[in-house]
Amino acid sequence: MLGLLETGSGFWSAIIWIVVVLVIGSIVIYIRNKGEDSYKKNTEQDKPFISGNPEKSKENSHLSASHIYWGFTEALKGYYNPLVKMHTGNINDYSGWIIVITAIILIMVGVSG
Amino acid sequence: MNLSNHIPILIVAIPLLAAFLVPLIGRINKKATGILTTLALSVSLILTIALAVKILTVGPQVYVFGATSPSLTLPSGLKFPIRIMFQIDAMGIFMGLITAVVSFVGAVYSLIFMKQHSGLDKYYSLLLLLTVGVFGMEFTGDIFNFFVFLEIASIASVALISFRGIDLGEPAEAGFKYMVVSSISALVVLFAVGIFYGQYDLLNFAALANVIKYSQLDKIALGILVPVLAMKAGAVPMHMWTPDAYSEAPAPISMILVAASQASLYALFRVTFSLYNITLNTLAVGWIIIIFGLLSMFIGVTMAIIQKDIKRLMAYHAISQTGYMFLGVGVGLAVLANPVALKQYGITAMEGGIFHIMNHAMYKGLLFLTAGALFFKTGTKDLNKMGGLAHSMKYTTIFFIIGAAAIAGLPPFNGFASKLLIYESVYRFNPLLSIIAMLVSILTLASFVKVFHSAFLGPKLPQFKEVKEVPRSMVFAMAVLSCIIIFFGLFPDLIVKNLVHPAVMSLIEQFKYTGTVLGGM
Amino acid sequence: MLFAIGVVLIENGVNLFLITLGYRKGAIAPIYTQAPSGQAMVLPTPQALTLTSIVIGIATTALILSVAMMIYKHYGTLDTDQVRRLRG
Repeated sequence: MLGLLETGSGFWSAIIWIVVVLVIGSIVIYIRNKGEDSYKKNTEQDKPFISGNPEKSKENSHLSASHIYWGFTEALKGYYNPLVKMHTGNINDYSGWIIVITAIILIMVGVSG
Repeated sequence: MNLSNHIPILIVAIPLLAAFLVPLIGRINKKATGILTTLALSVSLILTIALAVKILTVGPQVYVFGATSPSLTLPSGLKFPIRIMFQIDAMGIFMGLITAVVSFVGAVYSLIFMKQHSGLDKYYSLLLLLTVGVFGMEFTGDIFNFFVFLEIASIASVALISFRGIDLGEPAEAGFKYMVVSSISALVVLFAVGIFYGQYDLLNFAALANVIKYSQLDKIALGILVPVLAMKAGAVPMHMWTPDAYSEAPAPISMILVAASQASLYALFRVTFSLYNITLNTLAVGWIIIIFGLLSMFIGVTMAIIQKDIKRLMAYHAISQTGYMFLGVGVGLAVLANPVALKQYGITAMEGGIFHIMNHAMYKGLLFLTAGALFFKTGTKDLNKMGGLAHSMKYTTIFFIIGAAAIAGLPPFNGFASKLLIYESVYRFNPLLSIIAMLVSILTLASFVKVFHSAFLGPKLPQFKEVKEVPRSMVFAMAVLSCIIIFFGLFPDLIVKNLVHPAVMSLIEQFKYTGTVLGGM
Repeated sequence: MLFAIGVVLIENGVNLFLITLGYRKGAIAPIYTQAPSGQAMVLPTPQALTLTSIVIGIATTALILSVAMMIYKHYGTLDTDQVRRLRG
């Protein structure tokens, strides 16, 4: 009934994991609900901190999808530019890849046996 | 007439009959087409589950076409089978279960999703034909029959991909590219069938497996079958048709196309394991499949992070998850001739890879359905224009969170169970492969966090002010898949012991495959 | 487009290959009525396979040409360098 999955070198059980997460989670919530004495509601402490700049409206500050992970894609530009250029969308290239890979694997299987 | 003997043919025949009845009924009443499709596919689902129970308790089933009794494989006086037959063992019924569930859910989802399109009777009859093609590919025991069903499935799916091509241009282009790619692959498969027939005069899988010698012509046949079937499954570097085809098809069709790609993956395993088995050079072919897997995983996920279109992103993830399956089964193939290593980690690697096939079909289907729900309500697929939809579409958000957590391999969902099996066994083969697999898993989580943030989180945008929740039949379809994901996540050992392990053993032990047909030699 | 013609060419080639597999030297067509006895016949099975393949080829050619017509209606050109809206 425990749902144990035996891998070659250990086991994994989802039900034991859920029970442990619930136990630890309830301890964390109990400690969090004890509260903090120096917090006063509806004062300066509630507003977000943007280094003193005025806060824009919430609709304007939603980050759209092309700008997320800008740092990651900018850092790997040397890898991404040739890769995106290879996906041309031209069907002659698609069949070119098929023929080349079939030839390579045919030679490999034929030689190594 | 004992009806339970004829279940294998009924699973294929009932959707086929419904596919030809649907245009007739469409002339009388437009709404009845969808309901007839759902009925036919639900009957198929029930029959598939009954057949699965029978196979897992009794043994592999054979169904011969045109003989006096369905299990008469060797006609009187002859030593090899000459009729077309369906041969279903544990691996075949495993894939058949996936197809039955996915096509039933797709039909339920399309009842509302496609309501404003015209020409719906053609859509439903093509959907039934696609299901028939995929079932036939997974159940057949005859190599030319496999080619016929492969062509049925690819013709039906091309017509479905370009279904919206009457108004827009892109679906037609995607359909053309898919047609060229699948025609080339099907004709190369026919060429390999010709090579086998010319050498041995046999077309049956089991009879071929009995007499095959690894001569020069067999090497040529293997050398052209492996890349072509891998290309149909979406392996890099022949993968470029996948994002176009999956993103331009309607959302339930993308889900069934995933099942069709996995069926050609099943054919690749069937050819290398049951047809050739130890006669081929397992280390070389195993490493070829492992390298396909590594390239697919890595390039798939890095291309997925920079996409702007939500369905292209999910299609690139489908490529990357297929890489996991290649990796797991490739490791199993590479150690096939080595009994000690096979028992230690080869079987576990294959169990991980094959369990991942079923998990992938479930959570990828759920993700495509949520993307379809977003497209249905907002009218756009571009992630730059969406935002703040979690306020109004609560059920879709919950299903998306379940699907994204499952694909990234977070516990306690089923993605974690199959990925753990793959990591632990591949590590003992070569540690570098396991490290790359874990890195790809982290990048998968990163890209789904990106989709979740840009589509669901954030403030409510003014142009989506009157967007409400999707209708109930679509929610029901998504809920069925989520329940299966949660159930597989909580009790993975039930599935692995009862469904996956018999499938793996039936691939490795070739004599059981031939013995069912040739009468226990 | 040239790809449609290419697919038809490959398919014709594979059909020819299948037919020639059944050839036996100095044999006659495999028909039983009024056949001279003791005469070898060519194999009939590849002929059945080729017929099936020709029929599938008809469906494939019809579909690929109709999709090409739809592309021409929306793009205005059939050149593969211009029909590339889906890329990346």
